[in-house]
Amino acid sequence: MDSVANIILYFVVALCIAIFSVLTVTSRKILRAATYLLFVLIGTAVFYFQLGYQFLGAVQIAVYAGGIMVLFVFSIVLTRRPDDVAPLLDSHRRCLGICVSVAGAVLLLLAFFFMPLLDGMSLTQCLESGKEINMDTIGNAFLGSGRFQYLLPFEAVSVLLLACIIGGVTVARKR
Amino acid sequence: MDLTILWYIVPSVIMFCAGVYGFCTRKNMIALLISLELMLNSADLNFIVFNRFLFPGTMDGMVFTLFAIAIAAAETAVAIAIIINIYREIGNTDITSVKQMKF
Repeated sequence: MDSVANIILYFVVALCIAIFSVLTVTSRKILRAATYLLFVLIGTAVFYFQLGYQFLGAVQIAVYAGGIMVLFVFSIVLTRRPDDVAPLLDSHRRCLGICVSVAGAVLLLLAFFFMPLLDGMSLTQCLESGKEINMDTIGNAFLGSGRFQYLLPFEAVSVLLLACIIGGVTVARKR
Repeated sequence: MDLTILWYIVPSVIMFCAGVYGFCTRKNMIALLISLELMLNSADLNFIVFNRFLFPGTMDGMVFTLFAIAIAAAETAVAIAIIINIYREIGNTDITSVKQMKF
């Protein structure tokens, strides 16, 4: 049995995510779409906090809601005026999009409902049965080279980020 | 009432399908990228939810999500650099007006 506060928090955040993710893709003003995306990302971070991954929620807010959203807003302001409105969709494209996404949603939900996971544990049981993940555990997992430790992917990501910086500067510089 | 795994998967599915809809219908390249972020975010949420509810003793899903966030940041930075370059060349960011990638 989960606490009432957890259930209320879940419903508020899930409703926010559902509404704002639909608004993100239907809004005709691109700056508003970016703002709605920010709300979706923050809602996901709240889910991470609720599920007991505090470090990941902090990373989500710092990297996604901080870094990537600033990139989006900068590029929107650089490439068009903020009061520009996207033209109305023709009915053919909209029909195609609705068909694909609704069919995908129905298929995914059917697959999940028939998955043998329905008798799973509740959130409180899971939080009690799992060990707490503190910074010590995370640091050891990232900088160790043993079993279930991730030194090599960590270094690979650092090289990837360096390559991404160089690539971004090279592609976007003035000729 | 219990919050089981299915409760967390439903918002994730809605997020993913909204992303698919945006990816199919939008023409602005930045809007396409925003839809892509929605889909990536729902995949991240799924990693976390499956880790918490099916394997609560481990932290592999969390590590996967951390790497996915890092790679998403890198991908967005490069994609926005390309979009700004295209904007300099052809004057808009409409996906239909890009016929070839080679300038």
